[in-house]
Amino acid sequence: MISVQACLDGILLGILFALIAYGMALQWGVMNIINIAQGDLVILGGYIAYFMYLYGIHPAWGVIVSPIIMYFVGIAIYKLVINKVVDRDLFISILATFGISILFMQLMNFAFGADVVLANSDYGTTMLFNSNVVLPNSKIFSAFISILFAICLVIYMKKSKLGRAIRATAQNARAAKILGVDTEKVYAATFGINAALCGVAGALISITFTIHPYMGLPYTIRSFMIVIVAGLGNLPGVAMSGMGLGVFEEFADYILGTEFRIGSVFLLLVLILVYRRFKLSRKREYLK
Amino acid sequence: MSKNIILYAAILVFGITAPFIFPAFKVQLSILCVLIVLATTWNIQGGEMGYNSFGNILFYGLGMYLCASVQVGMFFPLAEWTESGGEKTFVHTPAQFFQGMAVGLVVAAVVPTIVAGLIGYSILGLRGHYFAICTLGLGVAAGEISGGIEIIGAGQGFTTPPFPNVGNLESRGEFFYYLSFLVLILTFIAVRGIYSTRFKLILNAIRDNEDKAEAMGIETMKYKIVGWMISAFFCGLAGGIMGGLVGYIDSTDVAFDGREMGVFMVLMAILGGKGTLWGPIIGATVFHIFKEGFWTFFLGWQYVALGVLIVVIVIYFPEGIMGWLREKYPQKFGEVIDEKDRKAQVELK
Repeated sequence: MISVQACLDGILLGILFALIAYGMALQWGVMNIINIAQGDLVILGGYIAYFMYLYGIHPAWGVIVSPIIMYFVGIAIYKLVINKVVDRDLFISILATFGISILFMQLMNFAFGADVVLANSDYGTTMLFNSNVVLPNSKIFSAFISILFAICLVIYMKKSKLGRAIRATAQNARAAKILGVDTEKVYAATFGINAALCGVAGALISITFTIHPYMGLPYTIRSFMIVIVAGLGNLPGVAMSGMGLGVFEEFADYILGTEFRIGSVFLLLVLILVYRRFKLSRKREYLK
Repeated sequence: MSKNIILYAAILVFGITAPFIFPAFKVQLSILCVLIVLATTWNIQGGEMGYNSFGNILFYGLGMYLCASVQVGMFFPLAEWTESGGEKTFVHTPAQFFQGMAVGLVVAAVVPTIVAGLIGYSILGLRGHYFAICTLGLGVAAGEISGGIEIIGAGQGFTTPPFPNVGNLESRGEFFYYLSFLVLILTFIAVRGIYSTRFKLILNAIRDNEDKAEAMGIETMKYKIVGWMISAFFCGLAGGIMGGLVGYIDSTDVAFDGREMGVFMVLMAILGGKGTLWGPIIGATVFHIFKEGFWTFFLGWQYVALGVLIVVIVIYFPEGIMGWLREKYPQKFGEVIDEKDRKAQVELK
């Protein structure tokens, strides 16, 4: 029974991861930037929901408010920093977003304190299989909302004018520019949408799990891992590998103990990359 | 050439006399030496080889834990030491302390080198984003995992053996200062030696175009691994000294401190100028002075300042101090510039 519990928990958690990873895949594909601050945007979104909870508003409304605020935060970050590193060396963008990540981490630490907090949603729990499996309703709610947002975004990307411009820029930025797409605006919108997705995910995380200013980096690493396993622009793949990661984490938590949970995520990333390297490496031979 | 010898002699004399001129800053000077070692060795594979790693902190932390563990484990049971939190139940005699330190430093240098070789074989085939994030993951994973291992203190940390009662009160600072200065000199000689050989040219070839270098018949993998191992060797040594200097090892705040030291070494190398011999040294010195001088003004806000500093340096100053100097005074770097051409360019501007 414990493994059924872990599987279900992991799948519900993994859907959330997949939502964050989708944002990362979007900006990676369009702007060729890996945003180390992704996880910190998530946590910031979570704090917005938490604050609404503190002021007596039901935190579930954070799902609507937090992406709106985060969209503008994302645009602001783009205007201040990212637009200067878009065309530069890859490492420069990683380091710049690393700086943003440290900045956000500390600002959140000052503003909200270093306590582990959660926004209590009072949704109760659902019992399955003779009360052997306990699922908090908030987790089911969060998975449902994530799927809803993901579907909306996919339709938006397919149908709307901006969505088409974003996809065109991802395919070939220069050609898109020649054909009259304002790539600067597209980049800003992409970053904003990514931040908004992080906001949704953050609000859901603050309801279902806990948030803490320093918890951002694991979310970045998770979404990076999901994207490299699934590949860019492969949405079903992102969803599947997100759930897979969620299940892996729950089992690692159960088998190795909670203190190794984050460590196992990071190790899994290294192992996946090593596997990738040996799988993709060509057979090199040298003349002696 | 003679100018260089005078410069080196001046630095050497300054280095030897520094603890007597600035007795209050001995610890800071030792930390500066360690920082320079870290930045210079990061530069070997970050600047010269083009493999930007966030994971050198792995070797630094590994060296720190190994040195302290060997120093304790040679004479006392390690588990009881960490459990007692380094209380006075076990006391190192001076001979034991120095023997332990010597053996510990050797282990702290050799084991990370071997680890770098093994890891390097698996991950140095990755490029760009993948390598950077993979090494970042390695550093954080090491911190998280070492924080769960009981025998080296787990979450509550590991107290390194206290300095024995020899000489006067000043001797602890002097010992660690001269130790770190010695390592700094060794590093400088080694790096300078490396930079004057064909090895450096191969590293540069890998940075500029790896596929082409391979097509020219260079076994790039071999050189990349050796380059990383050299980095790891000195990182491990620096970590061992830093462990003794700080006196207390915590898994995520001191040893595998990716948020602080892991970023510092990258930042210092970039600030000074990647891919130059003197760049990381100047960068580390400027950074350390800035950090110690201004940190007190930002009391509590120092990490916010650090985040802003990283963004500003990376966006507006990616060439570093050496790059800026090189652009300003190209003649000093042995670049001949056609006067007519330069004038034409100035007029164009």
